[in-house]
Amino acid sequence: MNSLASDQLSLTFAALADPTRRAILARLADGEATVNELAEPFDISLQAVSKHLKVLERAGLITRARNAQWRPCRLETAPLDSASDWITRYRQIWTDRFERLDREIDKLQRNRKERDHGQD
Amino acid sequence: MAKTEFVIEPGQQDIVIKRTFDAPRDVVFEALTDPTILAKWWGGPGEVKVDRYEARHGGQWRFVSRDDEGAEWAFRGVYHDVVPSERVTYTFEFEGMPGHIALETVTLEESDGKTTYVSNSVFQTVEDRDGMVQSGMQSGAEASLDKLASLVEGS
Repeated sequence: MNSLASDQLSLTFAALADPTRRAILARLADGEATVNELAEPFDISLQAVSKHLKVLERAGLITRARNAQWRPCRLETAPLDSASDWITRYRQIWTDRFERLDREIDKLQRNRKERDHGQD
Repeated sequence: MAKTEFVIEPGQQDIVIKRTFDAPRDVVFEALTDPTILAKWWGGPGEVKVDRYEARHGGQWRFVSRDDEGAEWAFRGVYHDVVPSERVTYTFEFEGMPGHIALETVTLEESDGKTTYVSNSVFQTVEDRDGMVQSGMQSGAEASLDKLASLVEGS
């Protein structure tokens, strides 16, 4: 068990568990933006937006330019990729299981039919 | 091709899986609860040994999954309820992470000869849910795909 990786995953999922933060990430997918630009569509204070940005920054989902005057925010996709890898892996395990289960159900049904015919 | 639907919301403690099978629900129930059949589909890589299987109220279950390199993962739990062809409720624990227990309910509903399977797993914390795949489900998709391929070729 890789606890470091799962801690990162928990941070990512926790950061994604808020609609405002998801909207901020969606906006950043179109390109860099300043805090003011990011705050524009929301009916919340700049301070509240800054708090959301801190959560996203801690989860590694965004970075902020150090030297530029307006410190624009930028989307970092690596943690999102590992979150989606996790879901993909889980889905794959169950999709494979269900495909095997489908075949077992088919066999069961065939056996039942044969048995019923045998009784005729 | 049947589609499997997954609901895995960020920040939540549960996972919901939905799947429709082209069979009446008593057949699906048998495939889900007959230990010989179960061993053929539940595992990922390698083989699954059904160590204990008492599908009844208060009964216990324990599966040991072994991969090609001989590594073993054991899972166990207790049946809270088994209603034939309708519903099974049990606990799920990966022995490699004792104390992190999930409660799972599987319900079957039949309509026009098809059965809708819904499984709902509730974990104790969001972290437990998110950490589940890395630990207990380590089986890995690649190995599952290998097994799938060999089953398909063998049939």
